[in-house]
Amino acid sequence: MSGRLSFYRFSSPAAFYPLAGTIGKVSALIAVVLLAIGLYMSFFVAPTDYKQGEGYRIIFIHVPSAWMSMFIYLVMAFWAGIGLVFNTRLSSMMAQALAPTGAIMTFIALWTGAFWGKPMWGAWWVWDARLTSELILFFLYIGFIALQGSIDDTRRADRAGAVLLLVGVVNIPIIYFSVKWWNTLHQGATVSVTEGSSMSTIMLQAMLIMTFAFWAYSVAVAMYRVRSIILEREKDTRWVSELPEVRR
Amino acid sequence: MFSAFRIIVARDLLLAMRRRSDVLTTLFFFVIVVSLFPLGIGPELNTLRLIAPGVFWVAALLASMLALEKLFFVDYQDGSLEQMLLAPQPLSILVLGKVLAHWLVTGLPLVLLSPLLGLQYDLSTATITVMMFTLLIGTPALSLIGAIGAALTLGIRGGGVLVSLLVLPLYIPVLIFGAGAVEAEASGLGGSGHLSMLGAILLLSALAAPLATAAALRISAE
Amino acid sequence: MKGGISEFFAMGGYALYVWGSFGATALLMIAEPLLVRQRRKAALQRISRLVRIKSEQQS
Repeated sequence: MSGRLSFYRFSSPAAFYPLAGTIGKVSALIAVVLLAIGLYMSFFVAPTDYKQGEGYRIIFIHVPSAWMSMFIYLVMAFWAGIGLVFNTRLSSMMAQALAPTGAIMTFIALWTGAFWGKPMWGAWWVWDARLTSELILFFLYIGFIALQGSIDDTRRADRAGAVLLLVGVVNIPIIYFSVKWWNTLHQGATVSVTEGSSMSTIMLQAMLIMTFAFWAYSVAVAMYRVRSIILEREKDTRWVSELPEVRR
Repeated sequence: MFSAFRIIVARDLLLAMRRRSDVLTTLFFFVIVVSLFPLGIGPELNTLRLIAPGVFWVAALLASMLALEKLFFVDYQDGSLEQMLLAPQPLSILVLGKVLAHWLVTGLPLVLLSPLLGLQYDLSTATITVMMFTLLIGTPALSLIGAIGAALTLGIRGGGVLVSLLVLPLYIPVLIFGAGAVEAEASGLGGSGHLSMLGAILLLSALAAPLATAAALRISAE
Repeated sequence: MKGGISEFFAMGGYALYVWGSFGATALLMIAEPLLVRQRRKAALQRISRLVRIKSEQQS
C-alpha cells in the first residue's frame, strides 16, 4: 500500500512545493554552468563556417530554442492529459507554469531565425515551412495563455486549457505537413533553403550543450513559476500561512 | 440515437429559421468581405483572378468563425444545454447534430453563393465549380473544428475574440488545402491531391471534433 | 589579444545579426526569471496580508 501512496505523494501541492524548490535550484545551477560552457564553445571553440563565416553562430541558440519550443508544448500536453485523466490539479498547474517559457522559446526561435535569415537568405522573414510552422506554434501558445487568462474559475481554466492543448498537439503534425506541402508546391520563392553545412563534431557538441542548457533553464523557470502558482492558488490554506518565507 | 440526432438538427433548423437575421448576417459578411478586396486591390482582372481562391477561402473562414458564437450560446443561456448534457444519448452525437444544423445555416449558403461572387472575379466556370466543391467539403470541417473553440469559450467575457485566437491556427490546414486546390486546378496542375487531403481533414474532424467538443461542453457547463 | 576583441565583436561582418539574436535571447532569458521572482514576491505579500487579517480577526 505504501508503494502506491508514495506515487501520489508528490501530487499534493504541499508535498511538491519544497521538492520544486530544490529541483529549481539544481537545474538553475546546471543551466548557468552549461550556458557558460556552451557560449564559450560556440564563440571560441567552434571553427568558422566555410560558407556562412561567423554568422552561422546564431545556430547555437536558434536550433536549441526551436527544439525547446516544440518539446515544451509536448510536455505541456502530457501534463494537461495527466491532469485531465487523474484530476490532479498540480499537473495542470505544471502545464500552466510551462506556457510562458514555451512561448518565449518560440519567440526566440522566430527572432533568431529572422536574424539568421537576413544575411543568409536576404530577407527578415521567409515563408519557409519550418519558420511558418514555428509561427503557428507561437499562435497556439498565445491561444492557450489567453484562454487560461480569461477564465476565472481555476478548475475550469485547467480543464479547458487541457482540452485545447490535446487538440493542439493532435493538430501539430497536420499543420506541419500541410505547411510543408504548401511551401514545396509554391516553390516560386527563389530562396534556396541551405540545410546548413554538414555539422562538424565540435559544432554539434556546442549545439547539444546549448540545448541541455536551454532545457535546464526551462525546468528551473517552470519550477519557480509553479511554486508561485501553488502559492497563489493555495493562499488561504494553513500550510501556506505557516511557510517560513511568509512574514508574520 | 439517430432519432435524437434528427430531432436536434430539425430543432436547430427551426430555431434558425425563426431568427432569419442571424442566417443572413453571416451570408452578407461573406459577400461584403469578398467584394471589399477588388476595391482594395483594384479592378485589374488578372490580379483578381489570381487572388480569388485565397480571398474566397479567407472570407469563408472568417464568416464561419463569426457564426460560431451562436452555436451553443443560446442553449447555454436558456438551460437547454444542460438538458442535452443529461440526455441518455452520447453527447457527441447531439453535438454533431447541432454542428450539422449550424453548417446548413451558415456554411451551405456560402457554397451556393460563391458562383455569383465568382463572376465578380471573372472566374471561369471550371474554377467556380472547383471552388464550390472545395467550399462544400471545407466549410463543414471549419464548423466542426470551430465548435471546439465555441464550446471552450462558452460564457467567457470577450469570448468572441478569444474563439478566433484559439481556432484560427487549427483552421490553417483547411485553408491551405482549400485555396490550394482551387489554385492548382486553375493553373492546370490538378488539385486532386489537395482535395483528397481536404476530404481527409473533414473525415478526421467529423470523427474527432465532436468528442473534443463534448468534453469541452462538459467542462464549460459545469 | 587587443585586435582580437574588436575583431571578435565584428563577428566577420555579421555583428548586427549575431549580437542582435544573442542580445535578444539574453534579454529574454534574464527578464523571465526576474518576472517570476516579482510574481513570487507579490504572492507572498498577499499571503502575509491574509495571515495578518486572519490573526487580527481572531484576537
